[in-house]
Amino acid sequence: MRGFLTILRHEIFVLLISPATFVAGFLFLLMMWLVYWQVLKAMPSKELPVSLFFQLFWLPVLFMVPLLTMRSIAEERRMGTLESTLTTPTTPLAIVAGKFAGAYVVFLSFWVLALGYPILTSFQVPEGSANFSFMEASPLIGGLLFVAVSGTMYVAAGIFASSLTRSQLVAAMLCFAILFMVILGEQILFTYSGNPETVPGRWQPILDYLRTFRQLEDFSRGIVDSRPFVLYFSSAFVLLGIAVVVVERKATR
Amino acid sequence: MVNVEKRFANWVRFIALSPPRMIKPEISIEATNLTKVYGSLTAIEDVSFEIKRGEVLGFLGPNGAGKSTTMRILCGLVRATSGLATIGGISVVEYPEKVKRLVGYMPENNPLPDELRVVEYLRYRGQLKGLGPREAHARVEEVLELCDLHRKARRQIIGTLSKGFRQRVGIADALLTNPEVVIMDEPTIGLDPHQTKIIRDLINNRRGGMTFVISSHILPEVELCCDRILIINQGRIVAKGTSASLREEYIPAKAFRIKAKGELEGLIGELRSLDPEMEISALMEIDEDGFHEFSLKTLNPGIAGEQLLAVIQKNSSWVLREIAEVEASLEEIFLAATKRSWEETLGRKPKKIGIVQMEPPLNEPEPPKESQSE
Repeated sequence: MRGFLTILRHEIFVLLISPATFVAGFLFLLMMWLVYWQVLKAMPSKELPVSLFFQLFWLPVLFMVPLLTMRSIAEERRMGTLESTLTTPTTPLAIVAGKFAGAYVVFLSFWVLALGYPILTSFQVPEGSANFSFMEASPLIGGLLFVAVSGTMYVAAGIFASSLTRSQLVAAMLCFAILFMVILGEQILFTYSGNPETVPGRWQPILDYLRTFRQLEDFSRGIVDSRPFVLYFSSAFVLLGIAVVVVERKATR
Repeated sequence: MVNVEKRFANWVRFIALSPPRMIKPEISIEATNLTKVYGSLTAIEDVSFEIKRGEVLGFLGPNGAGKSTTMRILCGLVRATSGLATIGGISVVEYPEKVKRLVGYMPENNPLPDELRVVEYLRYRGQLKGLGPREAHARVEEVLELCDLHRKARRQIIGTLSKGFRQRVGIADALLTNPEVVIMDEPTIGLDPHQTKIIRDLINNRRGGMTFVISSHILPEVELCCDRILIINQGRIVAKGTSASLREEYIPAKAFRIKAKGELEGLIGELRSLDPEMEISALMEIDEDGFHEFSLKTLNPGIAGEQLLAVIQKNSSWVLREIAEVEASLEEIFLAATKRSWEETLGRKPKKIGIVQMEPPLNEPEPPKESQSE
């Protein structure tokens, strides 16, 4: 993994000077502000504002992750700088891992910034002025943990999509399609097929295991199960593994 | 299927024919029977050569001849289908990371990230190549000065640099770690004469210390700065040696340029008495003073300028203004070598005499050009 830290530092630096990152950050924070505003307007509700806030996590993820990851490998392949990097003792594994880690750090930073909305609201509104709590530690930590765990797979999907093409646009569209299918696919499937319990027996546990929203619900309630960790981390490993092979094969042709 | 068989045959041949590998300390780069096959296309076939430590090698060939493929194999970027490449006695395939530490490579078209500043990019590259942050900082300052980038250009965004400055950034990157071997694919392309001279001086200053492999289409430049030349065509090495030895092999004819005034037919007849097979071609017709300029080419090594001078001075009506022996340029050698390899590939008998005819012979009238009707 020689060169991993150098690539990571470089990737964060490049992301911070890239206009696409600022567009992604601005749109993300704007969208999360609108989401939180709507959540507060709907209060009082059976659910806590923080839980509702995280339930719409997929909306900004669908465009933020493609914007953050689309250029990572695709642009370097188009420019030919990936080939230059491979003439150094840095391995394709370190390149892919460094790029993934850089995008993941920025992804998490955006979420930490978005948490400023509920935190600032809880500081600004005097205690007891509303008949509900603005801040609850367990759903906040649970929601953030879910975003962090699932984010590994989402960002890895973006890096994977970026490794397949030389076009940033194609990479972004491919990443969007993968995330759409992963996050909303089975939700849509259940919506059209009716009750999840009507799914044939042997498929039920598998589909249940893959249900993103059920996992989020569990995390928000403070139920930390090992299965989502295995699912997201293993998927991220597989996607990054394929990206390493692609970099090794295509960049050195 | 044919490719699989071909690859297998190449491997068998390579294993069977190659003797146990011996490390030769004086050899910096060694390529033995390198073959690279892309699908149905054989990019290079049985390429073998050695480059001594501190030598500057010019790597020439027409477009698509296999220069870049060979260079990429030497850098560990591409794996050869068969054959062996070593840098400093280390196998490129077995120890790619070790080899990459020994090689500074400037690829064709010199890809650079447009969004970074020159100094930021070089520091990043230094760290990727295994230098510590402080060491990278110090080395970057050195190469910036070496490549004349230390003034205004050092803080400039790479995307805003001119072609010449971009080339210099690429060269600075290749020299960053003071590598044992520097491989540069078209380093002087797009440079003005001043910048080209800087690069030539830079190579000359390191001659004997670093081994350079330079691919270029600017042949006079290659002749000026390279100790040895290697010509590749259609994936095969067609010529290698110093420019003098290649000249001897491919252009054995001696050439003279003469500028004289007088009755030309008689003069040509007298000159032909020295060598009946002498080829006389017109370079320029009569100038404003009535002088003819023409060139002589002869395969007789005994003919020297003094003899020609004596012949011309025999007749007082002939006035001589200039006589000079002309060495064949690298361009002529290159054309002769590649032409011979094409003729061999096509199964034609190669021409015995490597005279490259630049102009039609003087005493053979040019075929009349067809006038274009409107």
